[in-house]
Amino acid sequence: MTNEPAVRFRGAAAAVGGRTVWAGVDFTVDAGQFVAVLGPNGAGKSTLLKAILGLLPVSSGTITVFDRKPGQDRSRIGYLPQRHAFGSSVRIRGTDIVRLGLDGERWGTPLPGWLRGSKGREATARVRETIRLVGAEGYANRPIGQCSGGEQQRLLIAQALVRRPELLVLDEPLDSLDVTNQRSVSALIQSVCRSKGVTVLMVAHDVNPILPYLDQVVYLGHGSAITGTPEQVITPEALTALYNTPVDVLRDRAGRLVVIGQPDAPPEHPHGPQVHA
Amino acid sequence: MTGIAALGTGGWILSEPFMQNAFMAGTAVALLAGLVGHFVVLRGQVFAGDALSHVAYTGALAALAAGLDLRLGLFTATIGIGFALGLFGGRGASDDVVIGTTFAWILGLGVFFLSIYTTRSSTSDSTANVKVLFGSILGISSAAAQSEAWTAAGLILVLLAIARPLLFASLDAAGAAARGIPVRFLGPFFLALLGATAATASQLVGALLVFGLLAAPPAAARKLTDRPWTGFWLSGALAVAAVWAGLALAYWVPTLPSSFTITSAASLEYATAATASWILARNARIPASPDLSNPEATQGAGETAGSRHQ
Repeated sequence: MTNEPAVRFRGAAAAVGGRTVWAGVDFTVDAGQFVAVLGPNGAGKSTLLKAILGLLPVSSGTITVFDRKPGQDRSRIGYLPQRHAFGSSVRIRGTDIVRLGLDGERWGTPLPGWLRGSKGREATARVRETIRLVGAEGYANRPIGQCSGGEQQRLLIAQALVRRPELLVLDEPLDSLDVTNQRSVSALIQSVCRSKGVTVLMVAHDVNPILPYLDQVVYLGHGSAITGTPEQVITPEALTALYNTPVDVLRDRAGRLVVIGQPDAPPEHPHGPQVHA
Repeated sequence: MTGIAALGTGGWILSEPFMQNAFMAGTAVALLAGLVGHFVVLRGQVFAGDALSHVAYTGALAALAAGLDLRLGLFTATIGIGFALGLFGGRGASDDVVIGTTFAWILGLGVFFLSIYTTRSSTSDSTANVKVLFGSILGISSAAAQSEAWTAAGLILVLLAIARPLLFASLDAAGAAARGIPVRFLGPFFLALLGATAATASQLVGALLVFGLLAAPPAAARKLTDRPWTGFWLSGALAVAAVWAGLALAYWVPTLPSSFTITSAASLEYATAATASWILARNARIPASPDLSNPEATQGAGETAGSRHQ
């Protein structure tokens, strides 16, 4: 593991369709950190990930990923897009989905296994080892369409991890999972971060399942962002300053945070307490 | 194609030159249709593919009406419209309405070109319409068979060159884009390739029946395996088998038209595969039910669950 920062934003701004989504965003993610990107819907969380992946150029300022321009070194980044559930008709094994993470972008057609020789065996072993890492051995050979939401998510995390990336970028990996799976998938991501030293940058709708694991929070809102530890950022003072309107942060008896008064949040906003019934 | 050469030395069906032509062109085109069809089924673009075979009909008749080579119209129309469909139509079920309305009109346009062709041209071939619609695999010349085979071989190579990124993009477009796969280009490109496949295959089995080869073998293969590359090659093999079986049957029972026997063989493959997989699934479900009722529990029982699927 190198000492260079994994991700660095310096006065970065992004525009989609001519509209500035956020501007003046400054933060640094050090290697090995677990960082959450938070904010209400439409704050530009996914846009931020796209910028890091090099899929969207910054309109001003700079972003560097391992001291290089975004998109230049894709092999060091594992990416889990916003979840699209595989329908029950998708008859592709989980193993094959994970395998695509290894060499899915290479042109051509893979040779049958018995022709691939030692390289093929190595790849198969890597896939198996990654599946074991995420605890998906039990269903990796089942068609992914027949796996539950949590199982599919574990397999997709394995796909993002199979090339042993140094930075794992996750777009709402807990979305549409039940509470048990939210907890176990968060714990899995945390353990990958700590035991393998992988930097994790994760967009989250709801900070609570990952709150105990976080080193840093990037809170997007009102066209800008504030960053710091969760204790620094998820406070009435900091969020009021960000939104320029009174925002309250409540803590319930279980220690869960609830942000109230955040503008532009739709009624079913998951920071509301009803989600955690 | 080496398979054909091997069969040609001893097979008595192949002593007839027209059967040699049919087998040569049929094998290459079937392999192409089966391999392309694998992705058509995987991407949920069966309807788009069906629509493109209607375009093949209209393209062919437009060329005939204009007094041009039929193939020029076929390939220009199918490739062009396939690419446009991919660019503007998005993908999947959402554009069913667009496809449905546009392509009903395109088929109507084909009828329009047919009327121009039959009324204006004194030398018109009265069977042209039937040939375009239903194909003429037993009637093609040696030169035409060779050109079909080479075209199909070329298109197969193109598909093989893009197959792995196409699989990734088909299953997970966002993930594929993040890995540098030109997803926005691959979609239209694949539909153009599908159009070219429909154009090639329609000359053998006809515009209306192309889909017997493009959909049934991959659908059958999908019932038999959940490994994407096994399914890919199996789909090609099943399409070739359907053409061979169909040709042989049409040869032995001359009253049966070859397009009927080929599409029947392909449909029979699908029906057999569907039945087999249904029976296998029913038999497998009984011992498997304790796992399936509690997905989380399978993590602990990983060894047994994994080994069952080996």
